Amino acid sequence: MLDHWIFIGIFIAIAAVFPLLPIVLARFVAPRKPNPIKLDTYECGMETVGDTWVQFKVQYYIYALVFLVFDIETAFLFPWAVAFDALPLFAVLEGVLFILILAGCLLYCWGKGALEWS
Amino acid sequence: MSFINDPITFLAEWITQFLGGFLPEAWVTFIVTLLGVIITASFGLVFVIFLIWLERKIAARFQDRLGPNRAGPFGLLQTFADIVKLITKEDVIPEKADKLTFNIAPILSVVAVLLIWAVVPFAPGWIGTDLNVGVLYIAAVGSFGILSILMAGWSSNNKYALLGAFRAVAQLISYEVPMLVTLMVPVLLARSMGMMTMVESQDLWFIFLAPISAIIFLVSSIAEVGRTPFDLIEAESEIVAGYHTEYTGMKFGLFFAAEFLHAFTIGVLFAIFFLGGWRGPGAEQFRLLGVVYLMLKGLLGYFVVMWVRSTLPRIRIDHMLAFNWKFLTPLSLALLVMTAILDKVFGDTALRFPVLLAGNGSVLLVTWLALRWTSRRHTKERRVFKKRPVAKPA
Amino acid sequence: MTVEQAVFLFTSALILFSGFMMVTRRNLVHAALYLIVALFGVAVIFVLLEAGFLAVVQVLVYIGAIAILMIFAVMLTRGDISKEQEPVNADFGWALMLAALFCFGLIILIGQWPAVNSQAPALSAETDTVFELGSALVSPDAYVIPFEVASVLLLAALIGALVVARPHKKSK
Repeated sequence: MLDHWIFIGIFIAIAAVFPLLPIVLARFVAPRKPNPIKLDTYECGMETVGDTWVQFKVQYYIYALVFLVFDIETAFLFPWAVAFDALPLFAVLEGVLFILILAGCLLYCWGKGALEWS
Repeated sequence: MSFINDPITFLAEWITQFLGGFLPEAWVTFIVTLLGVIITASFGLVFVIFLIWLERKIAARFQDRLGPNRAGPFGLLQTFADIVKLITKEDVIPEKADKLTFNIAPILSVVAVLLIWAVVPFAPGWIGTDLNVGVLYIAAVGSFGILSILMAGWSSNNKYALLGAFRAVAQLISYEVPMLVTLMVPVLLARSMGMMTMVESQDLWFIFLAPISAIIFLVSSIAEVGRTPFDLIEAESEIVAGYHTEYTGMKFGLFFAAEFLHAFTIGVLFAIFFLGGWRGPGAEQFRLLGVVYLMLKGLLGYFVVMWVRSTLPRIRIDHMLAFNWKFLTPLSLALLVMTAILDKVFGDTALRFPVLLAGNGSVLLVTWLALRWTSRRHTKERRVFKKRPVAKPA
Repeated sequence: MTVEQAVFLFTSALILFSGFMMVTRRNLVHAALYLIVALFGVAVIFVLLEAGFLAVVQVLVYIGAIAILMIFAVMLTRGDISKEQEPVNADFGWALMLAALFCFGLIILIGQWPAVNSQAPALSAETDTVFELGSALVSPDAYVIPFEVASVLLLAALIGALVVARPHKKSK
């Protein structure tokens, strides 16, 4: 089984090299004439106003939280799905119970307004 | 196993024999594996050159125009011209940008998409590596792509890029939930997470056993790639160019290429999970036919993605996230529960297909009724008009 | 030195290096990125232990969800993203002594546990570990109770996190 993963390891190395080739090529071919205006941060053609920070919007964090819970849920459910053949109906219903509890979780978030954008 | 039937295995054995004559065995395995890696990785990259041309031509035809037709016959060399142009552009790195993260982000973006091709089953016996957790592996390397967007947006030291990156990541992680849940349905039906087993167990294509899950998978994959109607990630008119505002030249080209390759990859994944992969008449004897079938089905999926892109307008971010969390996620969970119970009871019988189809149909019916009920409730609220002042001639 | 040993040594060095960098960086986002490298190293260790499923779940959950959550938290609460934090405070000496005591104590304790030096029973080459894990998770005389409790735990965790994180209605 380990040699399956060695393939992946070599693949990561080669896949990291492939995009590097055009960038390295561009380093030789492309012009390099930096001036302060070009190196400045882009703000629709004007000077930047204020420091670079983003309005604190907690909604991003909440979406990441809910995604985390469902991600872990699917991580638990994948082995259950693989072992499906050997499971009696009772075991399948146990998995369904797991899903229903987490569906209840989603309903809670929905009801509390945690899924609203604004 | 002759050359015509199975070229790759034949060549692999020939090279192993040839090199085994003068190199120790570990080196031989390494070189053969390396060759396999290079072929698999290059396949996707070479195909993307053809794909960019195809995309531009088809998008153009949808818009009743010709598309690129100057560079080479039928504009086939257009992509090469674009690559040359991007390589010769100056690479501007903003002054206060975080150099290492800024440079790694486009490379990570391409690597994340290329890694998916390591587990794509091209034909019976031709697969990069048949991991027993292939399906979950694909979901996991998608998270590297998400990370690259966050790195790109933050390292540009540009508040629009950062804002664009946040919105992009919010969209991508939201749509990963229905994608993972609907991905569980083929795993359930095939009883395995291995990609080769997934294709081999599709005597009846899974799209007939789980049509709605297939559609939800396609929709959430389109959102994962960032294509219209979900292309808020690069909505040019809204937040400049989103997270890759500050990228120039070939680094921008790499983001661009990664997106196109990703769009085609989800077409191929859709073909593998729901359309039977390389299965088709004669694929077991002539392995090359398996590749042809897979590519044709993948191109069909890709065509649907392009068709949707040319037809629908962009969705606003709050509508998009509401659509995901309040419609797709509960629906995909309901479909998973229904498929699990029905497949356990009727899975081994001949009734599998009609029962699952009926299950999907009933979920569709219930969803339609629920949507009608909620929309009727909304219209009832909206029907109360307030009298507004109307301009009248004096 | 087999390939496996070489990969293990390289990965362990990578994990230790990125762990060290993570706790000493002043820029919090850099620290988060080093954390991601460390987590990826742990996934490689899982692969070396022939637990491919755990490696993939490690990348999917830790790097794909938890690390992103942490980066969001850092970027959204720090205001100016280029501001740097002082990594140590005045009690550094005491903390170092306490940490060293704890670490050596743990090493001695774990060294006396018999399972450290014994060999785990070898599985036959046929066992599909994911299949075994799946049947164990839902079989009544294996881990079904922790399985269901895990879902309740996730529910409780999410409710708790939402209570803390959700913006409260401003009474004006």
